Amino acid sequence: MARTVEKRGEVLDQTSELHVLAVDDSHLDRKVIERLLKISACKVTAVESGRRALQYLGFDGEKSSAGFNGLKVNLIMTDYSMPGMSGYELLKKIKGSSTLKEIPVVIMSSENILTRIDRCLEEGAEEFLVKPVKLSDVKRLKSVILKGDGEENGDMRTQKRKVRDDSSSLSPSPPWPLSSSSSSFACDFSPNQMKSPSSLSMQSPLKRPKLRNIF
Amino acid sequence: MEGVIQLQRQLVEYRTSLYNEGFLDDQFIQLQQLQDESNPDFVVEVVSLFFEDSQRLLNELTKALHQQSSDFKRLDAHVHQLKGSSSSIGAQRVQKVCIAFRHYCDEQNTEGCLKCLQQLKSEYSLVKNKLETLFKLEQQVLAAGGSIPM
Repeated sequence: MARTVEKRGEVLDQTSELHVLAVDDSHLDRKVIERLLKISACKVTAVESGRRALQYLGFDGEKSSAGFNGLKVNLIMTDYSMPGMSGYELLKKIKGSSTLKEIPVVIMSSENILTRIDRCLEEGAEEFLVKPVKLSDVKRLKSVILKGDGEENGDMRTQKRKVRDDSSSLSPSPPWPLSSSSSSFACDFSPNQMKSPSSLSMQSPLKRPKLRNIF
Repeated sequence: MEGVIQLQRQLVEYRTSLYNEGFLDDQFIQLQQLQDESNPDFVVEVVSLFFEDSQRLLNELTKALHQQSSDFKRLDAHVHQLKGSSSSIGAQRVQKVCIAFRHYCDEQNTEGCLKCLQQLKSEYSLVKNKLETLFKLEQQVLAAGGSIPM
């Protein structure tokens, strides 16, 4: 029996088509994400700003439902750095809204900054993806969303920091804080790997060219 | 008139050289995989957006660096955008210069920024040429009745 997840009264199962709201100020990136999503059999609405996104979601600071135009959104993917409202601010608005907070929000960013990632995850982001986003990222996201993440949100959050090793970046990776935060798990990964607190069963399909030793 | 096979071989060799010389990286391959019969011009369209973005941003950067005193924050914002676009299409060499450029912005180093801008213009011009040549070769294959090898 297929597992189902209820999102605002709508039942989604493995055969459902996700409707994704993509937010990015770059026309180029909107075009790419749109294609990535369509190829992955998702419906897409792409907008250029956080403000447009909220408008689309029918959010006017109060209860939205009646004013909602268009299909229910099952997932929001937003760029982090945008002029005006940033992806982080959009995330906060969504998670702060009683009508919208159930919608999973994924942050995309070209910058692999741990503090930024943590902030977003703490604020309730489903995942943080390092750009450029790949087809494998979208496919994985889709299956995560369709499998239902309601119950998992708490613990799995730190597992969702899927950072890709940005080998072209000149900025030094911060030393992996082994004794930090809530995770008591001794990570054997090199700094740019995902932080996995409890379960290693969630395999990251991302390339990890530098996966070696062990501090 | 060259046969389809020769044209295809020429195309593949040229494309491979672009990867080997670092002009393009894996992201470009990703983009090609998003192209199909229902979206046969996807890559060209995306690359055109890259050309537009780059042109605009390089102009902005030139203007900004020729002010009396540079607004490094603004410079950085432009470079960040260019870095994003180049990364999105896999224009690796352009992206690398952007990364260096941002460091100079952080350091508020005008000399360094000017140097990077020169480099950017040169790398952009190179990759633009390369991509246009690539697309021309693709057109030749298609015109000869062949298909674009992956």
